[in-house]
Amino acid sequence: MNLFDIVIIGGGIVGTSIARELSRYRLSLALLEKESELAFGVSKSNSGIIHPGTQNPVNSLKGRLCVQGNFLIRKIARDLGVDFKEVGELIVAFNEEEASRLVEIKKDAEKLGVPKLKIVGRKWLRIHEPNLSGEAVKALYAPTAGIISPYRMVYDLAENAVANGVEIHTETKVESIVRSNHFEIFTTKGAFKARYIINASGLYADEVSKMAGIDDFKIRPRKGEEFILDKKKEYLTNHLLFPLPSKVSKGFLVIKTSDGNPMIGPTAEDILDKTDLATTDMGFKKVLIAARRLIPSIDENDIIAYFAGLRPVAGDDFIIRHEEKAPGFINVAGIQSPGLTAAPTIALMVVNILKRAGMKLKKKPDFIGKRKKTIHLFAMPLERTRKLIEKDSTYGDMVCRCEMVSIREIRDAIGRGARTLDGIKFRTRAQAGRCHGSFCTTRIMKILSQELKKSLTEVTKRGGASEVIKGERS
Amino acid sequence: MAAAISAFENGARDILLLERDQYLGGILNQCIHTGFGINYFKEVLTGPEYADRFIKKIKAIPEIEISLKSFVVKLTKNNVITYLKPGSLEEVKAKAIIMATGARERTREMVHIAGTRPSGIFSAGLAQKLINIEGLLPGKEVVIIGSGDIGLIMARRFVLEGAKVKGVIEIERRTRGLARNVVQCIEDFDIPFYLSHKVSKIHGKDRVEAVEVVRVNEGLNEVPDSKFKIECDTVLISVGLIPENELIEMAGVELDRKTNSPVSGELNKTSIPGLFVCGNAFKIYDIVDSVSKDSSLAGRRAVEHIAGQA
Repeated sequence: MNLFDIVIIGGGIVGTSIARELSRYRLSLALLEKESELAFGVSKSNSGIIHPGTQNPVNSLKGRLCVQGNFLIRKIARDLGVDFKEVGELIVAFNEEEASRLVEIKKDAEKLGVPKLKIVGRKWLRIHEPNLSGEAVKALYAPTAGIISPYRMVYDLAENAVANGVEIHTETKVESIVRSNHFEIFTTKGAFKARYIINASGLYADEVSKMAGIDDFKIRPRKGEEFILDKKKEYLTNHLLFPLPSKVSKGFLVIKTSDGNPMIGPTAEDILDKTDLATTDMGFKKVLIAARRLIPSIDENDIIAYFAGLRPVAGDDFIIRHEEKAPGFINVAGIQSPGLTAAPTIALMVVNILKRAGMKLKKKPDFIGKRKKTIHLFAMPLERTRKLIEKDSTYGDMVCRCEMVSIREIRDAIGRGARTLDGIKFRTRAQAGRCHGSFCTTRIMKILSQELKKSLTEVTKRGGASEVIKGERS
Repeated sequence: MAAAISAFENGARDILLLERDQYLGGILNQCIHTGFGINYFKEVLTGPEYADRFIKKIKAIPEIEISLKSFVVKLTKNNVITYLKPGSLEEVKAKAIIMATGARERTREMVHIAGTRPSGIFSAGLAQKLINIEGLLPGKEVVIIGSGDIGLIMARRFVLEGAKVKGVIEIERRTRGLARNVVQCIEDFDIPFYLSHKVSKIHGKDRVEAVEVVRVNEGLNEVPDSKFKIECDTVLISVGLIPENELIEMAGVELDRKTNSPVSGELNKTSIPGLFVCGNAFKIYDIVDSVSKDSSLAGRRAVEHIAGQA
């Protein structure tokens, strides 16, 4: 059994950001993920907002990491070929009292270093956000807010990390950890040895930490229900729209996602079950009412999809530290919002923690910093599509009619690690459109089966016991 | 196919038929039950047989160029179509365009059923394709939400394949499907049929485990204390069809917000001259015979439009 320098537990945005950052150095690295594919835990439900850093307490760790992350993620996205759009956000006030709170939020944000903030009035809003409710009186405008695809970010970070020598093991659930001279990590796929462990296991960070003997925090899931609108409504808003924040969340937002579909939500409900991803009638009603307060023209018939995600909450701030009582064990826990934005800075912070803990880090001269951008026909002008089809005819063989995904893109996704229907969906958007895979699911099943040399009955929605065809697995 | 044949019969000589699938006939290919053609051919046919009548006829007309695997990506108000197919991206301008794009099934999301999103939730049409085309039975214990015709047909299909259909749940007081389908697919097989009921929640983590069913009153509101659970591994959604009109919307045709049909004073016509819509894309029909009839008319109208322009 190999002794790894570092094993990272958890293949979400945090784990893959750390893996990619560490892959710059001469280290042997492995990343363990319990699900069938990366980003299948907390990250899959991320809204994709790259926050400017507003709405964070002045002295918070997450606030500081977020502001720097907003800056750093741009280069990473560019290097990895992930689309980042700086669309800007508006925190909207509906009366003078709320407007006075905008001033406080602005002041706090400026202390954190959020750049270019401006309070804008009715006239500005009418011109720049014409569908916004006429009742809005003022807004805090943060132009550095942006959007990104959270899953593509995870997949592309992971792909680049693998190109730089990181081993990724999926369906590998950590069951126990034993510490002697080094750590022994027992998993559903055998044992791994490591000198250092980085615990980035999201909702389960408390349980994994406990395995290493550190039991001083709890992760409480906070459920968020999100509702996605048809891409036809792409131009419903120009900015990310926020109401004034509450104590537990940034409120119900109206945003656009990186794929063009507007999204409304999320709810914020503290629950007990870490696997409860059910949406509720109540959540739907609440979100719709709140979203209409911002954009009155939102019609419930425009909603084409919904889901729930769980934020891993460990108190008010992130927990990122080397555990002195378990030398070599680093917790990266409680990474809820703004975790996606902060991820690049979290990774840098972990590098520093490792250095301080005595790890010798030497840069690799042959680090590959860039990857070739993944091709998505839906994001491309027709003239480029024409050239692609003429070069490779399979780009002209459409599989998903609603989102315009060709067989070539599906095969590419499988080549890059997709193993399930959801994995294909997150990577390519096939099945994510208005028909919900009614027309293309069987074709995608066949492509998966051909490419992976598995029978059709083995194809799953998202791994585990989620076969499409029940009880016929041969 | 009916529109193309009719356009030919009415005098058009340069006709291009674009089909995105790899075969003609569309959804009829997976409708292996009978009941097609009673009005149009005065015969009882299966879906594939019905389609085959048109396929044979159209293949005998050399003036109709058939282009399969051809996917339209753009339509403009000047009737220019851009489509792609394996190997090329093409642009054509037509004197008249007939859209026979059919319909898609309304989804679980459109009727806002709460709960989880495990494996085992299918549109009735997808389940039909899995069984009839792929030969795969998706599940063993089935609940069907909605009593559209495809759902009713699939209830019987699942029973014939050895699965247990534990209930058809319809929110309205009467079925949305044809009476003959209720008798032949539900009553004849003793399948529990819950009218004025709705599924309020879907349970299950990896796979569907159960649905929560509740009675509703005339205002479609939940009746207190009427909730019960049905355990199942599969849920079919059959809550109606919606015309597939995104392309004509892109061209600027005004659509009815509720039905997704073109707003039109006359059958087949749209607000763009020379752009016609027929069959289920124009409005949802109960039977295919009406679709064919409507489409024949669209073919004639397109030819009349071209003649009027000359």
